[in-house]
Amino acid sequence: MSAVTTAADPAEETIRLESRAWKKLKANKSALFGFIIVAFFIGIAVAAPVLPIADPLATDWGAVRKAPSAAHWLGTDEIGRDILSRMIWGAQASLMAGVVSVLIAVLIGVPFGLLSGYFGGWTDQAISRVTDALLATPFLILAIALAAFLGPSLTNAMIAIGLSAMPIFVRLTRGQVLSVKTEDYVEGARAIGLSHVAIMSRYILPNVFAPVLVQATLTVATAIIAEASLSFLGLGQQAPAPSWGSMLNVAKNFMTQAPWMAWWPGAAIFLVVLGFNLLGDGLRDALDPRES
Amino acid sequence: MSLTTRDKIIETRAVTKRFGGRKSLFKPATSVSAVNGVSLDIKRGETFSIVGESGCGKSTLARLLVRLLTPSDGAVLYDGNDISALSEQEMRHLRKDLQFIFQDPFSSLNPRMSVGALIEEPMKVHTTLSRAERRQKVAELLNRVGLRPAFANRYPHEFSGGQRQRIGIARALASGPKVIVGDEPVSALDVSVQAQVINLLEDLKSEFDLTLILIAHDLAVIRHMSDRVAVMYLGEIVELAPNDALFDKPLHPYTQALMRAIPIASPHGRSMKAALSGDVPSPLDPPSGCRFHPRCPHATDLCSQEKPAPATIAGDRTVACHHWEKIADADQSPVQEPPRSPNAEKRFALFRTRSQQQEPTTATRP
Repeated sequence: MSAVTTAADPAEETIRLESRAWKKLKANKSALFGFIIVAFFIGIAVAAPVLPIADPLATDWGAVRKAPSAAHWLGTDEIGRDILSRMIWGAQASLMAGVVSVLIAVLIGVPFGLLSGYFGGWTDQAISRVTDALLATPFLILAIALAAFLGPSLTNAMIAIGLSAMPIFVRLTRGQVLSVKTEDYVEGARAIGLSHVAIMSRYILPNVFAPVLVQATLTVATAIIAEASLSFLGLGQQAPAPSWGSMLNVAKNFMTQAPWMAWWPGAAIFLVVLGFNLLGDGLRDALDPRES
Repeated sequence: MSLTTRDKIIETRAVTKRFGGRKSLFKPATSVSAVNGVSLDIKRGETFSIVGESGCGKSTLARLLVRLLTPSDGAVLYDGNDISALSEQEMRHLRKDLQFIFQDPFSSLNPRMSVGALIEEPMKVHTTLSRAERRQKVAELLNRVGLRPAFANRYPHEFSGGQRQRIGIARALASGPKVIVGDEPVSALDVSVQAQVINLLEDLKSEFDLTLILIAHDLAVIRHMSDRVAVMYLGEIVELAPNDALFDKPLHPYTQALMRAIPIASPHGRSMKAALSGDVPSPLDPPSGCRFHPRCPHATDLCSQEKPAPATIAGDRTVACHHWEKIADADQSPVQEPPRSPNAEKRFALFRTRSQQQEPTTATRP
């Protein structure tokens, strides 16, 4: 052996792993498609204030329930607001609701699942029983109940959806931890003298993270639909601010006179959910360093 | 305890590990004594082997020695201090000295960490070396176990079993341990790789002044490496002897049976007699008296009633058998290869001279 080279930077290692995952993701056609859809909607949601579009709240009584035309590409709603503009501004609320509520669910659910699976015993019993109770309630019913309890607003809807989705992550993480915990390398980590915190963060969390991430992208889709449902019931985004769900809620009254009012938000929800699902499936495959 | 460097680095005092045994409404608590009242002294700098068939509790004993498991009863002493009662935190400091090599190289390395990070980790926990110094040491260790230092950036799944086991060894060495316990460190490897890893362990042992404790079921590996050997049966040590003495003249009937199971490279030397009959009894319900008596060809009534105490023989040898003296008198020495016939001797001589004359003995033939 010639000169003894030193090991690379950990930052470099991370980049290497990430770029490998990115390459695999790009090679996966359906995942790439999902990524493009999600990126497109995030793009227009972020760019909403600078796009040359009409005011989403401006009413025009001369153009009520007009079908798509050159002036209003996607038509107008029941009080003459431009649907394209409302769709774009509504993307903000809907995507926020999807991503933020899932973040809430992950940030609460994963640590509880980790503690429950790792320590077992009474900790596990207590956490698991509460999780079981929450899971016994249907997701949407729980979200509606929480949202009604917290009061109608987009923020409260996100919290309600996040808390309702949380038990899924507790259970998923716990199950994954139970299987990873029996691996020799976890015992090896103890043999080296690592603390519980270090073992959980460096040995267990990275090895349970892939399924959690996939579940998260799938839950984003569920959360967007849940936000739509809550808005549909008047518990989410409050009028006159737009969200896809609240737009659908209004559109249901005009299904025969102005069906386009329901087409666009329906199609957008469908596409975003599809996009997140494809992206999630792709991420699962791409993030496993063992598969090449 | 005395302040001088102790001769014994690890001692166990009647250490017992029971598993299971939560009682339910309808069943009384059942528990398995995987290790039952084992007392051993391991001397500083020796290679101590523990051998036995699968399920005899040898891996459990190995984990007890480094407190990866907490004993149910008895004590484990490291350098004269009882480590079985230490808290996890106190134990963490001692883990610098006591390292472990796992049997399965495919599950013992965290797949999400690079090889460099894996080997560096014990140094992060136990030393105050700077980052650059740690990197340097990782490269040295990789070099020392026969891997390229550039491998530090790769991930465990990119390596073969033998290479992974070398990584595991480098990681075990990283904290500068005094004792390394190997739980069947080579049994998951190809035979050709086993020899390399065994030789590596032997070299490292003398280079780093290690005390090596090896768990194995492969008698060839044990004979090659050990200074002393303990034979385990159903959670108990039945015989403990220096390597050569044990292999030359096994005293306990179970050891004798084990020795007879070693394949002999001569058809004349093989006996048709089965070494042992029956299976290992369930440790849930171990036999009374001597645990080996239901399978022992020499068993008497005494054996089923009374547990034999370990008898010390010739100072450094113990055997737990009521009848070892009688058995030793009756010639039970392991089968020797019978003398060759004059004709066979001639052929061997011919072969030897031929093979010395021309190097490739078989390739020259058409």
